[in-house]
Amino acid sequence: MFLAEPTHSGFFFLAPWLVFAPVIGLLINLIFGKRFSETMIGTVASLASGAAFVISVLLAYSISVNHGELVRWQLAEWIHIGDLQLDWTFRVDSLSTTMMLIVSGVGTLIHIYAIGYMHEDVRFKHDVGRYRLFFIYLNLFIAMMMILVSGDSYLMLFVGWEGVGLCSFLLIGFWYEMDTLGRPSLANSNAAKKAFIVNRIGDFGFLIAAFIMFWAFGSFQFDQVFEAAQHAAPGTILAITLFMLVGVAGKSAQIPLYVWLPDAMAGPTPVSALIHAATMVTAGVYLITRSAELYTLAPQAQYIVALTGAVTALFAATIAVGQYDIKKVLAYSTISQLGFMVAAVGMGAFVAGMFHLITHAFFKALLFLSAGSVILGLERGHHHAEHAHRGKGKKGKHALSKVEGRKEERSHEAQEEVFDPNDMRNMGGLRKTMPVTFWLYIIGTLALAGVVPFAGFWSKDEILLDASLRYPIVYWLLSIAAFFTAFYMGRQIWMVFFGEPRHGAALHAQESPRVMTVPLMVLAFLSLVGGALNLPFEGFHNLGHWLEYTLHEVEALPLNYAVAGISTVLALLAIAASWYIYGRNPLRAGEIDPLKRRLGAIFTGAENKWFVDELYQAIIVTPFVKISQFVADVIDWRFWHDWFHETVIAGTYNWVSNIALNRYADQRGIDAFANGLAGVTQWLSATMRRIQNGFVRSYALSVLLGVVLIVGYLILK
Amino acid sequence: MVPINYYIILSAILFTLGVVGVLIRRNALIIFMSVELMLNAANLAMVAFSSVIQSFSGQIFVFFVIAVAAAEVAVGLALIVEIFKTKRSIDVDQMSSLKG
Repeated sequence: MFLAEPTHSGFFFLAPWLVFAPVIGLLINLIFGKRFSETMIGTVASLASGAAFVISVLLAYSISVNHGELVRWQLAEWIHIGDLQLDWTFRVDSLSTTMMLIVSGVGTLIHIYAIGYMHEDVRFKHDVGRYRLFFIYLNLFIAMMMILVSGDSYLMLFVGWEGVGLCSFLLIGFWYEMDTLGRPSLANSNAAKKAFIVNRIGDFGFLIAAFIMFWAFGSFQFDQVFEAAQHAAPGTILAITLFMLVGVAGKSAQIPLYVWLPDAMAGPTPVSALIHAATMVTAGVYLITRSAELYTLAPQAQYIVALTGAVTALFAATIAVGQYDIKKVLAYSTISQLGFMVAAVGMGAFVAGMFHLITHAFFKALLFLSAGSVILGLERGHHHAEHAHRGKGKKGKHALSKVEGRKEERSHEAQEEVFDPNDMRNMGGLRKTMPVTFWLYIIGTLALAGVVPFAGFWSKDEILLDASLRYPIVYWLLSIAAFFTAFYMGRQIWMVFFGEPRHGAALHAQESPRVMTVPLMVLAFLSLVGGALNLPFEGFHNLGHWLEYTLHEVEALPLNYAVAGISTVLALLAIAASWYIYGRNPLRAGEIDPLKRRLGAIFTGAENKWFVDELYQAIIVTPFVKISQFVADVIDWRFWHDWFHETVIAGTYNWVSNIALNRYADQRGIDAFANGLAGVTQWLSATMRRIQNGFVRSYALSVLLGVVLIVGYLILK
Repeated sequence: MVPINYYIILSAILFTLGVVGVLIRRNALIIFMSVELMLNAANLAMVAFSSVIQSFSGQIFVFFVIAVAAAEVAVGLALIVEIFKTKRSIDVDQMSSLKG
């Protein structure tokens, strides 16, 4: 039959275009973008990303008609050295297409949203030219992410892994010359550097894992590695998986390397949604799922991974409770949710982990983008209030000349306190001014808090169920984390949307345009029904069956009412508690947080992220800087430069060149020979010139003598 | 018939006169005439040998020498005239500007 043919029918030949499509979009914007309007730039980028989505859908369709058979599509040869045969091969199976669909699907929605968001962002930050750059970076990110998820070897995966790291760096530092409030500062570029450097530590772990893999198995290709791992020593597998965990901790922001993600919120909000919530940070989860066959061989590693995830989930959730920045709350929430996923894949519950990855991509992108909408709404309100205020002031002084007026304006700006549109203490009452965003935010919150029937409930419940069967301690850590999750999201809702406006900006906040809210509605719909992908009822384990093609052993657990009941009760309790503290008596302008009044020092700890950054500063950064300074100052400068280079090498060289070469070899050898040659020539010519006396007759005489000599010789010989 | 020796001796005397003339006189014209004398001494010797060995080649060679000598005289006298025009003298000892 047509479908049973060994040659792969379907759209597999399109696999390389997953990468080419965004790259083409990027090139169009890069080369012709200067003449394009903003809408045109955004459309090109969104179409490029949309094309990748269409291809992903076609690939998924092709896999389903081929009954999940793995297809490798080789584009080009890459590295052929000795026994190592690495090709630029795209691996199309149910796991990679799942990731492709998420990346390109959510990515496209965020591209569309960014058309509206960046339009205003570049104007608030007074650099319209950077609009094009943003979309170039976004498309580059999609291309790199596609390489990451479709690579057929650990090395190709690593290319994408580093590529998305680069895009993350570029986009966190997108407004590199200012801080998040737009003041001239190094804050944003420092955040970008922090993300990059912390990720380097993780990448170092990944690389070591890859090196051990190559040393032990002689290959980077997934199937060859998995095959060889079956006969490998347990210690080797353990080393590989644990070093890989370091890489995962870096990219997916787990303890102890999570510190970069909250700072990464310095990037524009679509970036936070796309890279730092929905896609790039889940690469670690994807990596563990992809390496499922290695992890199942090392139960100790699995336990450590699960514990890392669970501790991270709880730790980050407690910090989120004490944050005031709307994006920081979501950032810690992302770390926490990534902890859930890592814990799940660590336990071997790969389907649950991937399921949560998918639903999290939906609702966290929704939450971040809604937060972006809130922030821009506040910015608009702020500008509106400013304008009204300034207009009134001007009426009284319309006699001022233009120049003086401008001067007046500038000094006014300098005196004005800097307004932070991210600070939830400046918000309040937004449900009236931004109703659409409000409802979208509610949906995202309920999905994240895990309330039936939103997507987050089903995926989180599946993780909790798996945990309760395997590691009780992980189950309890995650349950408490889930409680905190619901609590901080409730706190956020009450603080942002309820009560009275605590700032003029919140009073005048304006709803965002359709180009931003429509993608949000799509995401909200997905957050609402995303759970249908894998319902815990007989016949509804769609995702499980889909991933079974790749993961082979998948157990489908039925709904456990005890686990589901406890998590629901915990979520509702937490929301009630947040209402009791924040909703009943709304926060007023200038008031301190009610939880701080009650908890005091504990809340201060959460507010200051348990001083982890300070701890790292004290035990890692400061000693590191001191050591570097010592190395630079003493070892490099004084020892190498001053002593070794100046004294030893330069001194020896001078001595050799001056004494040995110059004085002896050159002056007495080469010079003497050349001078001697010249002297002999001079002496000879001085002697000979006397013969050339100018008297013709003496020449004639010498001719005669010569003739006589020659003739005499001829006669006498 | 006059023996060949007489011709050779006469030729040697004439040649020696020519050589001595070239070496000891300072007048360019005289030196020139002495050179002609040497050429004609050689001519005499060749004609004499030609008669002895009954061959015309010697006499033909003499014609060439006379022709070349005539050309030489034409060039040489022109040079002397030019030298005289610039130096107002044909004393060869004064023509020493190429000395080392």
